[in-house]
Amino acid sequence: MTDTTTGGEIGATLTGAPRPSGRRRGGGIGRVRWWNYLLLGAAAFGSLFPLYWMFVVASTDSATAYEMPPEIVPGANFFQLTELVLTTVPFLQSILNSLIVATTIGVGQAVLCSLAGFAFAKLRFRGSYGLFLLVVLTMTVPVQLGIIPQYMIISSLGWVDTLQAVTVPGLASAFGIFWMRQHIAATISDELMQAARIDGASTWQIFWRIAFPIVRPAAFVLGLFGFVAAWNDFLWPFIVLKSPERFTAQIAIKALQTQLTVDLGLAMAGSFLATLPLLVLFVIVGRRMVAGILDGAFKG
Amino acid sequence: MTATLPTRPTPTRISRGAARVLIPLRERIAPYAYIAPFFLLFGVFGLAPFLFTFYIALFDWNPIGDQTFIGLDNFTRMLADARFWNATANTISIWLLSTVPQLLVALLLAHVLNRARLRFALFFRMSILVPYITSVAATAIVFAQLFDRDYGLLNWLLGLVGVGSIDFAQTVWGSHVMLAVMVAWRWFGYTTLLYLASLQAIPRDIYEAAAIDGAGGWAQFRHITIPSLRPVIIFTVVTSTIGGLQIFTEPLLLSRTNNITCGPVRQCQTLTLFLYEQGFGQYEFGYGAAIGVALFVMIVVVAAVNYLLSSRIRGEVP
Repeated sequence: MTDTTTGGEIGATLTGAPRPSGRRRGGGIGRVRWWNYLLLGAAAFGSLFPLYWMFVVASTDSATAYEMPPEIVPGANFFQLTELVLTTVPFLQSILNSLIVATTIGVGQAVLCSLAGFAFAKLRFRGSYGLFLLVVLTMTVPVQLGIIPQYMIISSLGWVDTLQAVTVPGLASAFGIFWMRQHIAATISDELMQAARIDGASTWQIFWRIAFPIVRPAAFVLGLFGFVAAWNDFLWPFIVLKSPERFTAQIAIKALQTQLTVDLGLAMAGSFLATLPLLVLFVIVGRRMVAGILDGAFKG
Repeated sequence: MTATLPTRPTPTRISRGAARVLIPLRERIAPYAYIAPFFLLFGVFGLAPFLFTFYIALFDWNPIGDQTFIGLDNFTRMLADARFWNATANTISIWLLSTVPQLLVALLLAHVLNRARLRFALFFRMSILVPYITSVAATAIVFAQLFDRDYGLLNWLLGLVGVGSIDFAQTVWGSHVMLAVMVAWRWFGYTTLLYLASLQAIPRDIYEAAAIDGAGGWAQFRHITIPSLRPVIIFTVVTSTIGGLQIFTEPLLLSRTNNITCGPVRQCQTLTLFLYEQGFGQYEFGYGAAIGVALFVMIVVVAAVNYLLSSRIRGEVP
């Protein structure tokens, strides 16, 4: 597993070959042809249009939503529908619940996976190799198939219909440990570890004061993916959360959809409102999520 | 352990000789403490339930009533249950319809996104990741509307070119196509970026050398791009299989009525939805667990077949 960006630069330095001007960092081949843009434009349109459409339906009144040809520009009804969403289900509470759950999971994964990744990358202890292998092996266990016993365990803990039931199981992930171990092994040098030891730092201090600040960007990206996955999780919250005031945003959407008496725009408005926080987040930090995937474990 | 102490934290300690005995216990257990949270969480909420599934599957297990050991009866019942085979066929159909086009499109897009002088590269990369951050629930609701028989945008467009209204949700093929589109839409961008990551690792010199030797775009794609991407392609096939066999939310949210069966004749009920119906709708925990075991067997079979196929392909191409 090598990081190609730096790997390529090191390679170029070693061979002494000057980079031809106009070349960008990383890979990349060939001339760009017109149909390339057509294809990418279609992909971008296809990706964004359903969200635009969500807003269109979420902002037209019920009569227009059932008209043919369909309205393709947003109407003026968005705030009325929003109000209806808020009065039909405790939607603000659901958004708050989602925020609590997703933030806890994101932060938990960033810290706990960094900690374990640090131990596997930099500390020598008996059984470390076997234990790391075990972590990797756990990724192949399709744990979701065990939802029935999972429910029984949550039930015996008395956690049914609580937010910890959807939070605690997601606090650490095998993939996160794997990912953080790679980053820590690549960025924290043994010399740095030794220097800190000589200065009398304890293992915890080395982690918290030195290693974690250095790998924080990678941990942040890991936390972001954890946040997004937790925000969008459906099956497990759907099973363990029972009362409307405990629902996460996704389960609230489901509750809106089953309101048979009301119009189409309601579920759409709910969906749009539940997606909006992630869209805002994505506009701000989406660039880092893209970089996170491109920098991932599947290079080379 | 204290006598031999083979695990020394640093060489510094070693040079101090006898001082290493004085390493406080706290320091010695630190590594174990750092990895403990994961193993604890995974053990309680991942591995234990997973293993327990195999046990419960042998029982007639009612969560509020009795638990009777019935051996393999749940499995013989399952194999004779038309609903199980219907759900299996639906799951495989939806999985194939979503995975194959998705991976092909991702391959093509990644190839194009890897162009060195592409403009607006960041915009395209970010745009195709937007479906990934959109929740499955929201996706299902908006696509159900787009595919609606009477008021859907798609049927309106089809009407313009003279095709009559298609009742996607109520027909077997229609509902499968609709669900496959939802799944593929959500994941194609993510898969594209995974492929792009691997593509960027291929040295450009290889392409340049191939071009000098007269290899055209297609030959380069076939003989350089595809072989280099083999590991990540295998990875995405395996993950989309595991994900595809567990499709649940999309069919559940497809229609407002008949949620759990995904329509009156179960035309799009998937295995996970069937598991949910038996376990949490009928409170047949034992039967539900047996369906979980069946899903596990299928995942193992598909992974094994995939492994054999890919190692065979590897054998053929030197």
